[in-house]
Amino acid sequence: MSYIQGETGDWEIVIGLEVHAQVISNAKLFSGAATDFGSEPNSQVSFVDAAFPGMLPVINAFCVEQAVRTGLGLKAEINLQSVFDRKNYFYADLPQGYQISQFQQPIVGKGEIVLDLPDGSSRTVGVTRLHLEQDAGKSLHDQHPSKTYIDLNRSGVALMEIVSEPDMRTSEEAGAYVRKLRSILRYLGTCDGNMEEGSMRCDVNVSVRRPGEPFGTRCEIKNVNSIRFVMQAIEYEARRQIEILEEGGKIDQETRLWDTTKFVTRSMRSKEEAHDYRYFPDPDLLPLELEPEWVEDIKRTLPELPDDKKARFIQDFKLSPYDAGVLVAEKARADYFETVAKGRDPKMAANWVTGDLFGALNKSGKDIEESPVTAENLGGLIDLIADNTISGRIAKEVFEAMFETGEKAADIVEKKGLRQVTDTGAIESSIDAVMAANADKVAEFRSGKDKLFGFFVGQVMKATQGKANPALVNEILTAKLKG
Amino acid sequence: MSLDKATVAKIAHLARIKVPDDELEDLAGDLSRILSFVEQLNEVDTKDVAPMTSVAAQKLRRRKDEVTDGGYRDAVLSNGPETAEGFYVVPKVVE
Repeated sequence: MSYIQGETGDWEIVIGLEVHAQVISNAKLFSGAATDFGSEPNSQVSFVDAAFPGMLPVINAFCVEQAVRTGLGLKAEINLQSVFDRKNYFYADLPQGYQISQFQQPIVGKGEIVLDLPDGSSRTVGVTRLHLEQDAGKSLHDQHPSKTYIDLNRSGVALMEIVSEPDMRTSEEAGAYVRKLRSILRYLGTCDGNMEEGSMRCDVNVSVRRPGEPFGTRCEIKNVNSIRFVMQAIEYEARRQIEILEEGGKIDQETRLWDTTKFVTRSMRSKEEAHDYRYFPDPDLLPLELEPEWVEDIKRTLPELPDDKKARFIQDFKLSPYDAGVLVAEKARADYFETVAKGRDPKMAANWVTGDLFGALNKSGKDIEESPVTAENLGGLIDLIADNTISGRIAKEVFEAMFETGEKAADIVEKKGLRQVTDTGAIESSIDAVMAANADKVAEFRSGKDKLFGFFVGQVMKATQGKANPALVNEILTAKLKG
Repeated sequence: MSLDKATVAKIAHLARIKVPDDELEDLAGDLSRILSFVEQLNEVDTKDVAPMTSVAAQKLRRRKDEVTDGGYRDAVLSNGPETAEGFYVVPKVVE
C-alpha cells in the first residue's frame, strides 16, 4: 500500500469518482434538437430544452440503448425498471428549474472497471451505478463585465453519470480509472471521451484517514476537466486535509473547485445550502421498462473490449501485459497493431509499433490515425527485415524516411540502395581488406584479446555502409580471424 | 406533521418565493393543515402494493434518435428579458 507521510505518521487517501459522460446520439435525451458541439449559440434548442410552459419530454430510445450498452461494457447489472426523478435547483443555465435525473432507481447498478497500472499489474475498482440525466446549458462569464451569457445548445443533451466506489487509494489509480473508463466508452461508441470539449467531466471525492481506520470526512472537487488535473487536485487536496487534521482541526464536508492557474482547490461557498435537491419522481415520465430480450440483443452486439483484447494479445501473440495494455488502450492503436502483426512475428510487430512508431508520433504530435506510415507499410518494412533484404539497423533508417515521406519501405530501399549484402564473396573481400589494413589488431586478437571482435565487425559494417548481413559477417569473420 | 416558521422560511427560499416575516406564521398553519390532510393516506396499508405510476395502463413512449426540432433561435430567445449575439443575457452569476 502506498501511504502519504505526514508530520505525525502515515495517512491513506480514499478516492471515489463521479464521471459525467455525454452520450453519443443525434438528438437530445428528451427532445428532437441536435447535439453537435460548437454550433451557433441557441441554434440547437427546442421549446422543450428551453422549458417553455406545457412542453413535455419524450425519451430518445437510442440514448437508453447507449446507457444499457455502457452498463454491459462495465459488466454491470441492468435494471429492467428504472425511474426518472426531478433534481431541483435554480441556476441560469437550467431553464426548467430542475434536472431530469435518476435517483433511487438508476438504469444500471453495480459493475466494475479493471485498472491497468504503470507497473503492468491490474486492480479492480467497483462501479456503484450509472444513471441517465439531462445536461445543463452553458454559462459564459467572460463576455461582459457585469453579465453572464447563456447558451442552451447543451441543455437536454443526454449524460451518463458513472459513480465509482471509494476504492482508489492513489492519484495514479484515479488517473488509471479515468483513462480506462474513457477507453471502454470509446470502444463501445457511447461517449467520445473528449475532456477538452467537456463531453467527459469528472467530480472527485477525496478524504484521508489513518491506515485501517474508518473513512474520514470527504470533500468533493467539482468539474475537473483533464486527467492530469484530476491527479494534481487529489495530491493537493490530500495534503490540505492532512495538514488540517495534524494541526488538530477537522474537515468540513464541502464542494471545492480546482483552480487551474494557481494549482489549488478552493471552497465554493455559495453552494452551502444548495444540497437540498428535493428529488421526486418526474410526473411527466412513466417508469422506463426494458425487455430482457432487448438487453440480450445489445449484449450480442458488444465489440471486443480492452480487457478481452488485452487477454487475447497476451495469449495469442505472447505479448507482455505492459505492451498489450499500451496497445489496447486505444482501439485505433490495437487495430493498427493487428494489421501489422497479421502473418508476421507479433513480438517484432509490437516492438515496432510501441517503440519506433509511437516515439515518432509522439515527437511530431500526431495521432495514430494521422500516421504517415500506414499499418500495411510498416508490415512491409518488417517483411524486408524478415526476408533479409535489409538489416534491423538499416530498417531504422528506412523507417525514418517512411515517416517523413509516407513512401513504401521497398521503394525507399531501392531508391537509396540499402539492400543488404548477402553475397558471401563481397563480404569476404570486405573482411579481407579490413584485416589487411589492421594487421596489428589481428595479431592482438589472435593472442587472446577477444574483445577486439566488435571492432572488426564495426569496421566491416562501416566499409559496407551498414548493408552487410550481420549474421554472415559474424560467421565469416569468426572463421577468418581464427584461421 | 406540523411545520415551524423556520422550515417555512427555508422552503420559501428554496423555491425562490419571497415571503414577508409576518406571513410565515399563517403559512406554517396552512401548510401544516394540508400535510395533516394528506397524511390520512398513511392509514392505508400499501406494503404489498406497487406504486401507481399512471391512471391509464400505458408504457413510456419512446422517440427515434432523429433531429426533428430546434433551429429557431429567434423564437426561443423572443421571450428573454435581455439577449445579445444569440445568447440569453442574465446578471453575472459566477463562482
